[in-house]
Amino acid sequence: MKAYVTVMPKNGVLDPQGKAIGHALSGHGFAGIGEVRVGKVIELELAEIDPAKAKAAAEEMARKLLANMVIESFKVEVR
Amino acid sequence: MKAGIILFPGTNRERDMALALARVTGSKPSIIWHGESELPAGTDLVVLPGGFSYGDYLRCGAMAAQSPIMRAIAAFAAKGGHVLGVCNGFQILIEAGLLPGALLKNASLRFLSMDCHLKVERTDTPYTNHFQPGAVFRSTMAHGDGNWFGTPETVAQLEAEGRVVLRYCTPEGAVTEAANRNGSVNNIAGICSPNRRILGLMPHPENQVDPLIDGTDGLPMFQSIAATFATA
Repeated sequence: MKAYVTVMPKNGVLDPQGKAIGHALSGHGFAGIGEVRVGKVIELELAEIDPAKAKAAAEEMARKLLANMVIESFKVEVR
Repeated sequence: MKAGIILFPGTNRERDMALALARVTGSKPSIIWHGESELPAGTDLVVLPGGFSYGDYLRCGAMAAQSPIMRAIAAFAAKGGHVLGVCNGFQILIEAGLLPGALLKNASLRFLSMDCHLKVERTDTPYTNHFQPGAVFRSTMAHGDGNWFGTPETVAQLEAEGRVVLRYCTPEGAVTEAANRNGSVNNIAGICSPNRRILGLMPHPENQVDPLIDGTDGLPMFQSIAATFATA
């Protein structure tokens, strides 16, 4: 099955990329844009077929390597 | 002294570091491939030089921090070993958990390749004992992700323990926002471990050790290292 790990900058961590994108979108005439934040999605193909175990494994991977817990938070979705 | 410089795929400043160390200490450092699982016996100082290890994949330094040699370096550090990380080496030390905080993308989003000035906040470290107290020296920064960040608790702890060794400042030594080009919290350019034996910094003092090439402003850092191990 597949696990999708979404890694996002934590609240309070400056995200200049998000700010720049928000600025650019406003420049295109899109109105009403609040805060824009940029993260990443990591798609993992896993041999595990039990969704709960696959999720737990992906969470462990996120804590150990995929996310830097000082500045990022993550969530895992399995399909 | 016996220094070992670690080479990761994508490291590119190991030769400058080796030249600077050899020039001042008189002994040629060994270059150690990251796939090694042990440091050479009798190593005094481990240096993680600058570069772009693993193409900065995932996060700068994140991949290199998983290399086999990093386990040996963590054990070496735990026993009181001296470790110096410059630029990408600083990023690797942070990703390996040997120094606190994180290094974010520069606040300007630009890769900054330029001179900077550094204020030496303490001279009782193995890397700064040849600077005068309060010294200011010119160095070079060349990084895209050097914006040091820490939680308010981490910052408070580092400041209380006096572990900020270097700050970005003006040529006159004023620690101002304008001098803080990458946006680091409290102008932090370099921090050390509680025992002061692990130092990480973003700028490149190894660029300024030869009077014929951009001056010798960085020399005191290498003279400090030489002095530390001359008496060891």
